[in-house]
Amino acid sequence: MMPSIMQRLLQTRGLAQIIALLAILAIDRAVSPQFFDLRMQDGRLFGSLIDVLNRGAPVALLSLGMVLVIATRGIDLSVGAVMAISGAIAASLADAYGLPVALAAALGAGLLCGLWNGFLVAVLGIQPIVATLILMVAGRGVAQLITEGRIVTFTAPDLVWLGNGAVLGVPTPVAVVIGMLIITGAVVRGSALGLLIEATGGNARASELAGIGTRAMILAVYVWCGLCAALAGVIAAADIMGADANNAGLWLELDAILAVVIGGTSLFGGRFSLVLAMVGALIIQAMNTGILLSGYPPEFNLLVKAAVVLVVLLLQSPRFANAGAVLGRARQ
Amino acid sequence: MNAASDPGPALLEVRGLSKSFGTLRALQEVDFTLRHGEIHALLGENGAGKSTLIKAVTGVFPRDAGIVRLGGAEVAPRSAKAAVDAGIATVYQEVNLLQNLSVAQNLYLGRQPTRFGLVREAEMRRRATELLAEFDLHIDVAEPLGNYSVAVQHIAAIARAVDQSARVLILDEPTASLDRHEVEILFAVMRKLAARGIGVIFVTHFLDQVYEICDRITVLRNGRLIGERTTAELPRIELIRMMLGRELAETTSERAAAQARQVGEICARFEDYGKAGYVAPFNLALRRGEVVGLAGLLGSGRSETARLVFGAERADSGSAAVEGRPVRLQSPRDAVAHGFGYCPEERKTDGIIADLTVRENIVLALQAKRGLSKPLSRAEQDEIAMRFIRMLDIRPPEPERPIGLLSGGNQQKVLLARWLATAPRLLVLDEPTRGIDVGAHAEIIRLIRELCDNGLALLVISSELDEIVTYSDRVIVLRDRSHIDELEGEAVDVSNILAAIAAGTTGAEAGQA
Repeated sequence: MMPSIMQRLLQTRGLAQIIALLAILAIDRAVSPQFFDLRMQDGRLFGSLIDVLNRGAPVALLSLGMVLVIATRGIDLSVGAVMAISGAIAASLADAYGLPVALAAALGAGLLCGLWNGFLVAVLGIQPIVATLILMVAGRGVAQLITEGRIVTFTAPDLVWLGNGAVLGVPTPVAVVIGMLIITGAVVRGSALGLLIEATGGNARASELAGIGTRAMILAVYVWCGLCAALAGVIAAADIMGADANNAGLWLELDAILAVVIGGTSLFGGRFSLVLAMVGALIIQAMNTGILLSGYPPEFNLLVKAAVVLVVLLLQSPRFANAGAVLGRARQ
Repeated sequence: MNAASDPGPALLEVRGLSKSFGTLRALQEVDFTLRHGEIHALLGENGAGKSTLIKAVTGVFPRDAGIVRLGGAEVAPRSAKAAVDAGIATVYQEVNLLQNLSVAQNLYLGRQPTRFGLVREAEMRRRATELLAEFDLHIDVAEPLGNYSVAVQHIAAIARAVDQSARVLILDEPTASLDRHEVEILFAVMRKLAARGIGVIFVTHFLDQVYEICDRITVLRNGRLIGERTTAELPRIELIRMMLGRELAETTSERAAAQARQVGEICARFEDYGKAGYVAPFNLALRRGEVVGLAGLLGSGRSETARLVFGAERADSGSAAVEGRPVRLQSPRDAVAHGFGYCPEERKTDGIIADLTVRENIVLALQAKRGLSKPLSRAEQDEIAMRFIRMLDIRPPEPERPIGLLSGGNQQKVLLARWLATAPRLLVLDEPTRGIDVGAHAEIIRLIRELCDNGLALLVISSELDEIVTYSDRVIVLRDRSHIDELEGEAVDVSNILAAIAAGTTGAEAGQA
């Protein structure tokens, strides 16, 4: 009954993404011969590869929430602003109240932001792109109010550890991403949530008529997305030991959306893959790091990124495979 | 064909028009003739092929076979615009004009009077005012179109079409959203156009309006031409028979099977259940092992009743009880929790989730019913999917194939499986055989009967009266969004249903009609 292992391998989603990642890593290796070198120092791994993972952590966290939102045929433009809010809160509270309070307050804020977005989309029925645009604009203002327009710095060592420490040699941000990936995967695929999210995104009307509580489903993914964004904000703040409300998480919502799309999840909702969204985030960061290492001015980064995205999307496109047929149809 | 009436030269002739979508034959060798200056009704139930015929004639769809002649010359427009240029204009139910532009701009969009490349606004407004005056419409043409009623918008759309030298005007359900007075205005315009020699094709499901304004009637059913008649010579009951019935003799023998069935206790009861402006309050009791058919014309309130029963639409009056206990059906979720299932009429938009696999589509309702925290394991899902694929003979028997790639009949079986997997007490089927080829059609009907023998209560909607008669123990007849009659036992036959629809009378009186 089951297709053979070989058949399944050929049908495996994500081949395009993995090939793209390997190709980019190979190019990185070509421009920087030490790219794959790893060394242990003060109980933490160092090296360009680790750097890719570490720098990519915030976008990877954002993508983890974003992929679920996009699977319901939504989008969350506010994640960058939510990062700024949670970073500002964590930085403001860390020295006075310690990590648990600061972390809880920051994540609580992310939760509230997610609830707000989910309320607008699921209950009021506002288009996701517009609904989350509200918080994208207002959220940065909120963050600036929290920091009173300054860059808030802190020294609380446990918060600094979140950005710069290590767990079993792995940088803490990377460990956090791995942990969140496992938790999200367990929640989504361990329960029926994954199937119901895919159904909701694939056809909300039909899902509603099949007895699925589509509103609750949509609310839940925005809340999760807000939470992931808040965690990313805390890590980004911990990394620089300060919160910059103007620049924290700026434009990262676009990178997160890109990572999800590169990971093969359609903006039209439905099928999603958590792991491939992570691969998408890695592809983006591997490019960023590669260009920095190559010594080219970072401006090139944007152009190269655009080109790579185009290639990956073309590779995924079923139409690309039979471009001839498309041309024929276009003539009609 | 009919020598008695003045044949007149044909304005639009359609001969042998065929169109298929995949394996579904939407139009089969349909002929249609429109004369100069006549108003011609094109009638048929959903899926009869009216829209396909219009779209094939006006070039929205390419046609597979057949020819169209306009004023004797063959035309084959490649697009709706080409059809307009040739002289065939269509005004759809949803007016295809721009609400935010002024009436004048809408009338002359794309063909504005210009001087030195600049639009002459004043000239455009003057012409627009003149044009609308021909239709007895005196309004400020500088106002945005959206500020006017739907009737005015329709007339503006018609005026635009006619002004573009239309010889044939197709009106697709133009009166669906108009009130009585607005309909009168529209009819006056239609009569005026007919008097000018324009041929008007009028698609509607309001039979009163057909008898009020149309000269001749063409009826389609299942993509075939059923007949072309003069309105004055076609009794209403005969018209409904043309639209709904098949061969009456075929069905009588099959009734016996339905008669013999054991009917159990009441499992769901609705009292004074209704929603203002949607369906008038009705009483409905459904018994285990019983098939209740809902019959009526399109727009009579059949699907609306089904949606109320399933909680897809909230009732604002009356009460519902399941197994004797009062329940509230606020959403499909509530209905599913009480053991209801619903296969909607629009399979593609409301039923299947095209990207998901057959397996996922089958387990969906069961999983939703069990809740998030009790996921079906993959092994359980595989077992359920294979059980129903075998039981319903779903082809191809591949649980991992996306459902969007299956044929209509097999998609319908998957949707049936989705509900059967939840072991429901009541299943609501809205047009279960719509758009399904003949073989699968018979199979679905056989399944419906088997399900009932196993104690399931079924509420089935169908436009095919002989089909309803075949499997129903009871038939509720609807008209104008209310339940007007109920036929049971011996009284369930096509002629009684037709009589009830036509007259709104009871089965007993209909015998005399």
